[in-house]
Amino acid sequence: MNVVVCVKQIPDPAVPGQLDPETHFLKREGKLILDDSDAYGVEMALQLATAAGGGDVTLVSMAPNSETGGLRTALAMGAAKAILVSDDSLKGSDALSTAKVLAAAIKRAEPDLVITATEATDGYTGTVPEQIAAVLGLPSITFAKKIEVTDGKVKVERQTEAGFDEVEAPLPAVVSVTAGVVEPRYPSFKGIMAAKSKPVDTLSVADLGLDGQVGAAAARQEIVSVVPAEERQAGEIVEDDGEGFQKVIAFLEKQKVI
Amino acid sequence: MSLSTIWVHAEIGGDKPSSISLELITKARELAGTVEVFYAGENADAVAAELGKYGVSKMYTVDTQGNLQGVAVASALAAKIQGGTAPDLMMFGTTYDGRDVMGRLSVALDRPVLTNASAIEVDGDDVKVTEAIFGGTQLVTTAFRCEPPHLAAFRPKSFTAEPGGETTCAVEALDVPDAGQAVVVQRHAEERTGPVLDEAPIVVSGGRGLGDAEKYSMIEELAKLLKGAPGASRAIVDAGWVPYSYQVGQTGKVVKPDIYIACGISGATQHMVGMKGSKNIIAINKDREAPIFSIADLGIVGDVHKVLPALIDALKNR
Repeated sequence: MNVVVCVKQIPDPAVPGQLDPETHFLKREGKLILDDSDAYGVEMALQLATAAGGGDVTLVSMAPNSETGGLRTALAMGAAKAILVSDDSLKGSDALSTAKVLAAAIKRAEPDLVITATEATDGYTGTVPEQIAAVLGLPSITFAKKIEVTDGKVKVERQTEAGFDEVEAPLPAVVSVTAGVVEPRYPSFKGIMAAKSKPVDTLSVADLGLDGQVGAAAARQEIVSVVPAEERQAGEIVEDDGEGFQKVIAFLEKQKVI
Repeated sequence: MSLSTIWVHAEIGGDKPSSISLELITKARELAGTVEVFYAGENADAVAAELGKYGVSKMYTVDTQGNLQGVAVASALAAKIQGGTAPDLMMFGTTYDGRDVMGRLSVALDRPVLTNASAIEVDGDDVKVTEAIFGGTQLVTTAFRCEPPHLAAFRPKSFTAEPGGETTCAVEALDVPDAGQAVVVQRHAEERTGPVLDEAPIVVSGGRGLGDAEKYSMIEELAKLLKGAPGASRAIVDAGWVPYSYQVGQTGKVVKPDIYIACGISGATQHMVGMKGSKNIIAINKDREAPIFSIADLGIVGDVHKVLPALIDALKNR
């Protein structure tokens, strides 16, 4: 079974994010790393391919400056190869553009199953998985906590407000996985060394036949203002001397909740 | 200037219209002369009657034929819109099904989406929505630059739900050109006694500082004693201690309870954006330098393993 995993390479979330003051686009210049949210998808794909008796796990990513830092991490985990779409014209892409680009790249890998995270840590629009499925005309199951593939079907436990639903769809299909559902493996030393020579196919927008249809050229929304939000002030801070809980009780009493 | 027609994605929580749906409908009433909804759940007539009290004049129903909502609802709405009946704006909740329908519709209509919004403004011909980014420190306002209908998804608690503009809500079943192929085989409701996380007046959340998964039971116990809901930081959701549905943060739920109690949570921006709108914040953490203290109304610098059991005992003995 061939599985494609969409992965995003993002600025280190520990470093405060910045917007370009001119364009208001998210600055993504520095070193990029694998979005933690995507490690679950990579692990899930590796497990499913193994369970199916083999097949390739291919990564698909869109990133500026032919960045491969995050891809190498996922390749070191065990993915076989990667398709990277990198093109200056993709700066300022909205979620729909991103989905069109990823869908065109995914198509090249002819997958049986496409796995994504539910949303990226940096942009978190949260619609890209469903948009990819719609562009590809494939069934989709979002917010998966458990995935099983049998008899040409994917069976998923999908998170709901009330609990979860068992949902089935025929392959090929797109499935988005929630964080924490599998334990992502740490790349081994051997894996890290092997990742250095695994193929990364770098494509431009023109290669995908999407010239003028994606990126800032196709954006139909404009950031009109960015202002600081109102700051919240710190209140009383006390060291617990064994009676700290009394402070909490008093606070709750004052708010009349107990 | 106001808009002519807004369609809202109506969903139910339990057997009633969900809070987020009522919040969006209330806001829509302020922005447009006509507010209609689309709905793919059960008991359409009863839900429509309830929504009439909030000024909804029409409900479009979609039979998903047992499938997930995304494909079915989007194909039905796209057909209606392409047939000439189009709203100016479609409002969704940032919910599981809301995002599915919106994503599919975005492709079907070839329209961009704006999500995670907490405010909306109509200014002449401009429709502008605002979202908080970078841990809620910056507010970004974005205008649509395309032909309507515009697609926008909002965080819960962005608006206050109020009945008004009472009317009779007509029900119209839409044709469904494509119901999709993602069949819901079985629904499972998890046992839950307290209120829903993003509607609870009190939320008690746990983080990495709890040490291990078993200690999360203290969070559940405290939440139960206070008739609140238990929540979690991303760190312990990622670690598999609790399901994703418990997660408070930028990815996850945005909560605005009267009282938020953060236990063993340092306060990564990812978490803070999901709870800094709470009326009151209490933080318990052993690290005096933890960022969570910078926004707490009451901060206890202490070990959650000592403070929480003492607090739980004291509440039990009242």
